[in-house]
Amino acid sequence: MARKPSDRRIIGTALRKIDAVAKVTGTTRFADDLAFPRMLYCKLLRATHPHARVVSIDASAARALDGVQAVLTGKDLPIPFGILPVSQDEHALCVDKVRFIGDPVAAVAATSEETATAALDRITVAYEPLRSFDSAEAAVANPEPRIHDYGDSGNLHKLIDLEFGDAAAGIAEGDVVREDLFFFEGNTHLPMEQHAAVAVWSPDGKLTLWSSTQTPHYVHRALAKVLELPPARVRVIATPNGGGFGGKSDPFNHEIAVAKLAMLTGRPVKITLTREEVFYCHRGRHPTLMWVRTGVKKSGAITGMHFRSLLDGGAYGSYGVASTYYTGALQTVTYNIPRYHFQGARAFTNKAPCGPKRGHGTPQPRFALEVHVDKIAEQLGLDPAELRLRTLVPPNSLTANYLRVGSMGLGRCIEKVIAGSEWKKRFRQLPEGRGVGLACSSYISGAGLPIYWNNMPHSGVQLKCDRSGGVTVFCGSTDIGQGSDSILAYIVAEILGIDPFDIAVVTADTDLTPVDLGSYSSRVTLMSGNAALQAAERARQILAVHAAKQLEVPVDRLQFADGRVFDGNDSKRGMSFADAVQAAEAAAGTVGTVGSYTPPRSAGRYRGAGVGPSPAYSYSACVAEVDVDPETGIVRVPTIWIAHDVGRSINAATVIGQVEGSIYMGLGEALMEEMAYRGNRNVVHKIPSLLEYKSPTTLEMCDVITYLVEDPDPNGPFGAKEVGQGPLLPVMPAVANAVYDAVGVRIDEVPITPEKVLKALRRKAKGEAGRVGPESFPDIPWPEPTRVPTPWEGGDGKAVEQVRA
Amino acid sequence: MGNESKAMIAFTVNGESAEVAFAPHKMLLEVLREDLGLTGTKHGCELGECGTCTVLLDGTPVLSCLVLGLACAGHDVGTVEGMASAGKLHPLQETFADLGAAQCGYCTPAFLLTAQALLAGNPQPTRDEIKDALAGNLCRCTGYIKIYEAVELAAARMRGESAEPTRESLYGA
Repeated sequence: MARKPSDRRIIGTALRKIDAVAKVTGTTRFADDLAFPRMLYCKLLRATHPHARVVSIDASAARALDGVQAVLTGKDLPIPFGILPVSQDEHALCVDKVRFIGDPVAAVAATSEETATAALDRITVAYEPLRSFDSAEAAVANPEPRIHDYGDSGNLHKLIDLEFGDAAAGIAEGDVVREDLFFFEGNTHLPMEQHAAVAVWSPDGKLTLWSSTQTPHYVHRALAKVLELPPARVRVIATPNGGGFGGKSDPFNHEIAVAKLAMLTGRPVKITLTREEVFYCHRGRHPTLMWVRTGVKKSGAITGMHFRSLLDGGAYGSYGVASTYYTGALQTVTYNIPRYHFQGARAFTNKAPCGPKRGHGTPQPRFALEVHVDKIAEQLGLDPAELRLRTLVPPNSLTANYLRVGSMGLGRCIEKVIAGSEWKKRFRQLPEGRGVGLACSSYISGAGLPIYWNNMPHSGVQLKCDRSGGVTVFCGSTDIGQGSDSILAYIVAEILGIDPFDIAVVTADTDLTPVDLGSYSSRVTLMSGNAALQAAERARQILAVHAAKQLEVPVDRLQFADGRVFDGNDSKRGMSFADAVQAAEAAAGTVGTVGSYTPPRSAGRYRGAGVGPSPAYSYSACVAEVDVDPETGIVRVPTIWIAHDVGRSINAATVIGQVEGSIYMGLGEALMEEMAYRGNRNVVHKIPSLLEYKSPTTLEMCDVITYLVEDPDPNGPFGAKEVGQGPLLPVMPAVANAVYDAVGVRIDEVPITPEKVLKALRRKAKGEAGRVGPESFPDIPWPEPTRVPTPWEGGDGKAVEQVRA
Repeated sequence: MGNESKAMIAFTVNGESAEVAFAPHKMLLEVLREDLGLTGTKHGCELGECGTCTVLLDGTPVLSCLVLGLACAGHDVGTVEGMASAGKLHPLQETFADLGAAQCGYCTPAFLLTAQALLAGNPQPTRDEIKDALAGNLCRCTGYIKIYEAVELAAARMRGESAEPTRESLYGA
């Protein structure tokens, strides 16, 4: 019954998204577009100290204000929550202390936003200030006072030490040993939609929350936990997200606050964060200091690598433990690293909490690694493209840290951008001030393990075939603009041979849809896509059996295409898809199927092996061209060439859109975006506005030449791998490497601002090293390493038993 | 709090005359969304920084978060809800949908209206003129490129040319 790939009608084609018309007519209902009769408005009172004990809160004057219906403080919501089971360190409203400026301490529900805002001014909070820390280095140097009363050491939240083979011995075998330091400044998602949520409490004990969240399943769990409600009585509906990029992946304090206020008042309660508050929600890129030492043979072969990272986590755990592991996990999936040692630390500081932003924990080490490789190539006198091509990880292989690489199209990606950019004619040959730089990357297509331990599928789909010929797909996945609803429709349409616009898609509603873990880690096309594929194939099987009987054609000869079911040998012998559903319904009852997806078991068996494994890895190569003005230090990027191995495009136009959007966001991180704070223990966010937080406009955006490389992976639906995050990763190092090609200075930290370029040029003119970047890595109390023999040392993925001294 | 008496204005919204009463401090953004139910107009900052709330005031793009509702009395306001007519999408809406110029769709109404105003005064804008016209609108999803291409394609069609998206635009180089 299987058709040849060439027979595909929908997969790979550029189609409109199924919600495109709603988006261009303004009819998509985002969370803040919802309104209910008698609805109240919620506002949060936020901490004005970066680190302080809450001595007392007096809300009596606020409660007395006409129009105020309820005021909540920390003691009303004492149960902690957090996205990771190991970091349940947040409260909806701070209970005994505040940990950053912007931490919420009280919530008001009133009949108008103006009244709610006025009520905040009438709440008096007495604080007892504590010493605060504005950088990871400060947190390392000062174990007291502790920002949290848990964590691996003082103000260090998490310490990781993993060694795969004897890395020091490996490095020593290199003809060249190179050591570098890098810093990646924090930045934020800046979705155009401000987070919003509306809660409705029904007197029968049911709570419904609409929220601009990427992860309704995790919000569902957090609400049930904190509000002590039976989970079956809690319904979470993720509204279409007006941009997420990882910033709407945590359960948030404001979601819990409106739910509790709705329960107390019996009225619908809405909150829409102001833009300033969105900066306090944050969960963006961790500022990360990195140190790397690598041994390399003259041929370019890497003999060993030692990588250290220190992450500034901000005030709470969020996804931070996973983020920290990710800064060390994916170094091994692009270039062959036979022995590898990773040490990672995450510090708590008194700043808005960091978490997952597009690329989650991998843009920072990828920046370091790709600039480091560029320097190694120069030291060896090799073209950096050639060096990379010589050291590629082979497809279908296991890395030193037990990541299973399937399809691997990086070589083809490099060749595409080298040819397209005329690299060989331009690298080190352009006039002063102009340059080109190359960088590569890889990213996961979903994580191998769920966030909380369970042995259930990561994604589920239910399919209903209607006798009208329409089909409805139910799935817990959340469309954040990336087009995941459309992907479900295309895959089902391909298998059932119907028009994707005849398919209704119901998603992201915990009452109606089977669980999908959420829109993060580039998991949705692969995981919910595979679940949809399985459900559609099962539906096709049911329909085929009954259609075959009616048509008197062997089941194996039936084809599904163009809205018909027909004999592959005689296409006139067939029936409409609707008739096929009716035949099946008449013979066997309502036609519905389910599908689900669980990733393959990962190969690593050591503690920490849960971060990094993925069913499939995408690959990208990028060449950036820059113009550097030596007078002003301004870096302009006219063009970026990007090749991305997406496995297989489900919808080519959507893939191109994700690539261009990733390049855009990477360009912002490379040149201007930074989450900056005023230090000196004041720790106030310097620029919580869209005007002052610089992001690229149409005037800064570069031209993008995109090449899609399709190296299908057997684990992806139709071979598809991720595209939403991977193409962002190589942009920052490609720009940094191009700046060096243009003016001969190394900016070993992002963003590459004009000030840094000028400073490096001045140092170079004085005969010093033309470099701006970190100078040292602090001493960290690393734990005893977990030693894991590599596969080629006969390792089985388990750590060596350690004898504790 | 909220007790101030309402003001009433008469103006034209999407070609229809409308009368609406609202608290006099309200901005056009709030009047449209809260008092007229026209939630197609979005907001990203309410400080005039992002362009997301752009509507047309007498055909000119304005930031509705910075325009007092009262100031619109007697004027003509155009929002995204008025772009399609008789169930038929505006050419810009067609090309934005076909090229994926709307990803999350949140900034889309503002881009559409700004582009509509551009094309009304300049039916054949260059790429640089499009960039200049759209420079006050932020989009975090698309990288703007599909938006430029959609504006160019719609402009060609509005000039009566039978233009189609390029293969490179949809499938890559």
